[in-house]
Amino acid sequence: MEKIFFPPESLYDVPTHYCPGCGHGIAHRLVAEIIDQLGIREKTIGIAPVGCAVIAYDYWKFDCSEAAHGRALAVATAIKRVRPQNIVFTYQGDGDLAAIGTNETIHAANRGENLTVIFINNAVYGMTGGQMAPTTLLGQKTSTTLDGRDRQKHGYPLKISEMLALLPGVHYIERVSLHSPQEVLKAKSAIRQAFENQINNAGFSLVEILSPCPTCWGLSPKESLDWIRDHMQKEFPLGRIK
Amino acid sequence: MRGDLPGLLHRNIQISVAAGTVPEWGLSLLSEVSMAREKHQKKLKKILITGNEAIAEGALSAGCDFYAGYPITPQNELIAYMAKYMPESGRVFIQAESELAAINMVYGASAAGARAMTSSSSPGISLKQEGISYIAGAELPAVIVNIMRGGPGLGNIAPAQSDYFQATRGGGHGDYHTIVLAPAYVQEAYDLARTSFDLADKYRMPVMILGDGFLGQMMEPILVRRRSPATKGHNKEKPWALTGCEGRRPNIIKSFALAEGALEQLNLKLQQKYKVIKNKEARFEGLFLDDAKIVLVAYGTMARIAKSSLTRLRLAGERVGMIRPISLWPFPQKAFCPRSKKIKYLVIEMSYGQMLEDVQLALNGKAQVEFLGRSGGGLPSEEEIINKVKKIL
Repeated sequence: MEKIFFPPESLYDVPTHYCPGCGHGIAHRLVAEIIDQLGIREKTIGIAPVGCAVIAYDYWKFDCSEAAHGRALAVATAIKRVRPQNIVFTYQGDGDLAAIGTNETIHAANRGENLTVIFINNAVYGMTGGQMAPTTLLGQKTSTTLDGRDRQKHGYPLKISEMLALLPGVHYIERVSLHSPQEVLKAKSAIRQAFENQINNAGFSLVEILSPCPTCWGLSPKESLDWIRDHMQKEFPLGRIK
Repeated sequence: MRGDLPGLLHRNIQISVAAGTVPEWGLSLLSEVSMAREKHQKKLKKILITGNEAIAEGALSAGCDFYAGYPITPQNELIAYMAKYMPESGRVFIQAESELAAINMVYGASAAGARAMTSSSSPGISLKQEGISYIAGAELPAVIVNIMRGGPGLGNIAPAQSDYFQATRGGGHGDYHTIVLAPAYVQEAYDLARTSFDLADKYRMPVMILGDGFLGQMMEPILVRRRSPATKGHNKEKPWALTGCEGRRPNIIKSFALAEGALEQLNLKLQQKYKVIKNKEARFEGLFLDDAKIVLVAYGTMARIAKSSLTRLRLAGERVGMIRPISLWPFPQKAFCPRSKKIKYLVIEMSYGQMLEDVQLALNGKAQVEFLGRSGGGLPSEEEIINKVKKIL
């Protein structure tokens, strides 16, 4: 029988450390599949964040760098400026990209750096045990918002993608989700677009991915996917933002 | 013979100074002559330049590929110089959005194989400490310039030497060191900037140039070489750099060591490196140590003032010597070997006694150590030093 489905060359054949039902494994694989399809594995440099994906370089089979918490886009800016012939992308969570690293995010985008950003929005700090993230929904219970996020005490969920879309230096922003096979396919096509933009020197491209975190949401994997569909995407509407 | 006229003059003046027949101005004449001699021999260019610019020019001549910085007084001439000259020779200059971004850009550029540098002044260097710790942990070469100003907090913009502890004890979190070089002259600022890049690459670690606002702003004539071309990250001697994994296994740049025992192994590796550096890279200038009854110890701008006091005291017949540490980490401990218990040391700083602790550690009770220092914008004058020496003697 002919084998027609293979693991991507850009992924090591190892088990990941992610929790059951977590979206990171899917997102990692989508990135790896696109890098394979575009034939850019040998010139790609990935930047892993601080957060659940901190050891993403143990799963991706191409050159990678660690970055301090929030500083991935500063690190990526420099790598791309020094080696414009390489394909450079960051993979960051909501705390990394939209809280501690907001400044780096906004300024890299505003400079129109020719980079690709994969932004995982799971509405909590996963690695540290589920504290409130900038993207936590109003009313959502976390270990630091025991009665749910309250707009008066904690402010509103931060829509960083919409904020970035206002900047003239930004070329492409799309919000996608992993809550169903159809949405995963859309996510894959957005990731492809974001990498193609860099290959074509089009400028700053970001894909925000709504991703399940069953452990910190206190839900089963299936309930988590439904929660994205029923609650999260109402706050964070899917589709092309810019 | 005619070709070596500067050399002949140089020798004559050296002899006269040693014999005490040439007065104070002979010393500056000596430096003028040695400069003319070097220029003649190596076909160098003589330029008038500030310390900040000299560090920048030294970096350009060392083949620095990448600079990122954030404006702060008193080092603004450095970032302006880089903005002017980096892009015109195909190198990368970025004015970063913050000190944090700047140091993390240096991390990225270095990870990609570039010779990378950033500069700042005290409050800005505090902000960079996290990044410096990552650079040390990831074993990346980088050059960081601190043109010190008064602290703590926002302090002021006057020259100071009060970041000595921060510079020599690591500064950020974790068990690490940076090599710290402290120029006292604009020429030395240029020369040490070149050296810094070589040391950073050799040991794969951050190297700090620790100057003060006086050195940064002061203009002096210096001799400069031709600028080396930027390497643009195509450095074949950096097989660990991120260049894309074509034809090899993927490279990873990281300081994270999660597996059991892995972080201890990384730390042991760092400590081994530090041990080699302590043995090999200590630098100092010693003056009149053979017969000195009292030894002045000062670095950077403070050392120049101390040297003027020393000249006046010597001309008055006092047996005064001097140790000027050039590397602050590693500290030149071996310079501190008093011939007898009667020899006294006077540490002079633009702080309230930071290098003092290293001198005390180096001497370990073998000699009396006195201190003279001011901070927050003040500094001991020649007269104050002379009076203090006379009091101790």
